[in-house]
Amino acid sequence: MKVGVLALQGDFREHILATTQCGHEAIEVRRLSELESVDALILPGGESTTIVHLAKTFQLFDPIRKRIGDGLPVYGSCAGMILLAEHILDGAQGQETFGGLDITVRRNAFGRQVDSFESELEFNGKKMNAVFIRSPWVEQYGPGVQVLAEAAGHAVAVCEGKVLATSFHPELTSNLEIHRYFFEEMCKGR
Amino acid sequence: MSETTGTARVKRGMAEMLKGGVIMDVVNVEQARIAEDAGACAVMALERVPADIRAQGGVARMSDPDMIEAIQAAVSIPVMAKVRIGHFVEAQIIESLGVDYIDESEVLTPADYTNHIDKWNFKIPFVCGATNLGEALRRINEGAAMIRSKGEAGTGDVSNAMMHMRTIGAEIRRLSSLREDELYVAAKELQAPYALVKEVAETGKLPVVLFTAGGIATPADAALMMQMGADGVFVGSGIFKSGNPAQRAAACVKATTFYQDAKVLAEVSRGLGEAMVGINVADIPVPHRLADRGW
Repeated sequence: MKVGVLALQGDFREHILATTQCGHEAIEVRRLSELESVDALILPGGESTTIVHLAKTFQLFDPIRKRIGDGLPVYGSCAGMILLAEHILDGAQGQETFGGLDITVRRNAFGRQVDSFESELEFNGKKMNAVFIRSPWVEQYGPGVQVLAEAAGHAVAVCEGKVLATSFHPELTSNLEIHRYFFEEMCKGR
Repeated sequence: MSETTGTARVKRGMAEMLKGGVIMDVVNVEQARIAEDAGACAVMALERVPADIRAQGGVARMSDPDMIEAIQAAVSIPVMAKVRIGHFVEAQIIESLGVDYIDESEVLTPADYTNHIDKWNFKIPFVCGATNLGEALRRINEGAAMIRSKGEAGTGDVSNAMMHMRTIGAEIRRLSSLREDELYVAAKELQAPYALVKEVAETGKLPVVLFTAGGIATPADAALMMQMGADGVFVGSGIFKSGNPAQRAAACVKATTFYQDAKVLAEVSRGLGEAMVGINVADIPVPHRLADRGW
């Protein structure tokens, strides 16, 4: 399976490393031809406004949206979760998203950088240390959305169909559990 | 389940999220909005850009909290602010405002000519400048969660940023080539802690994100620094001292992402209007060079 990591801005190299450690080929996606060649896509952590700005400028915005709509398996961490949400609270004025997850996220929900934290949580029955950096949380979600982890009383890992999103950054730790879950559950048969 | 704030991983991780991005100096709300709209991954709120500090002289200090808070209210991207080298009370004040990152910066007038701030005492992460590997590791030892090569701020002359990136890169490559029993003397020569020297020798990179700053004025400058191995760039005076800030800001953002694609770089370099006039670093008398501040 060939996995693309959107490489417009953010910690895309860490997702590439995690993907190859799971035994899959990983490429950086900046162009349409690269997007078209992949079997799954990861949206990294970073600044969601910057990533959307660059995706629009380089004609990737609508194609990514379309591929997600057509059933491409996608995983987004932090900024990636914002980009997958159908609705945003506290976003930049008129901030758009790729969509794909029937959720409303609150941007920088846990506060500013001084409030960023590490916490132990349970994902799909497994305990792990999670790193939250100016992270969003899921404020509301539709009936098709499954909550996979919670922190401080809010949903921080969710999935729907072939789309997975986490508020936290597994790519900043050596724990590959989330990436494995994505490849095994969302990318089945690819 | 307990939540721990202010850990090294959380502070360094914040810098990881800025990678591949451009952090822009802004002096008011209007400039901050232009920067966010152009795709900046963060803004640095300050009262005078380095070029003006250089031109006007006098003691340069932390910005007015009113000005910083107005910018925090105006944009959704991270906001950074500068404090003087060694001025830990300015840092306490900035931290209390909920700013996302502190730059302990040589661009402001130093408050202490011997010590830098003990950055482990803060929950807010710090970025510090460095001209070489030893200086970078001393700052990391004091708790810096991000390093930027210094360059010579406020000049529009990229040559010092280039020199500092080459020096840091060369010193890292040299460490990686040494025998393990030679690292003790290497630590002595670098005037840096042995544990950090050993870590760099083993991994072949700094333990924190490395940005470039100082003298970057064009999209080509930004791409040059990225090709030299920077994780991202700070653009200070270069944007808002130019003829068309909005267009130049967007061009620098695109160039930082597509730094290896000459066709994109050519496209974004077209019709940008006047760049900041600039000063050759060689024409600045040595006592007025900001990069020499830091110990």
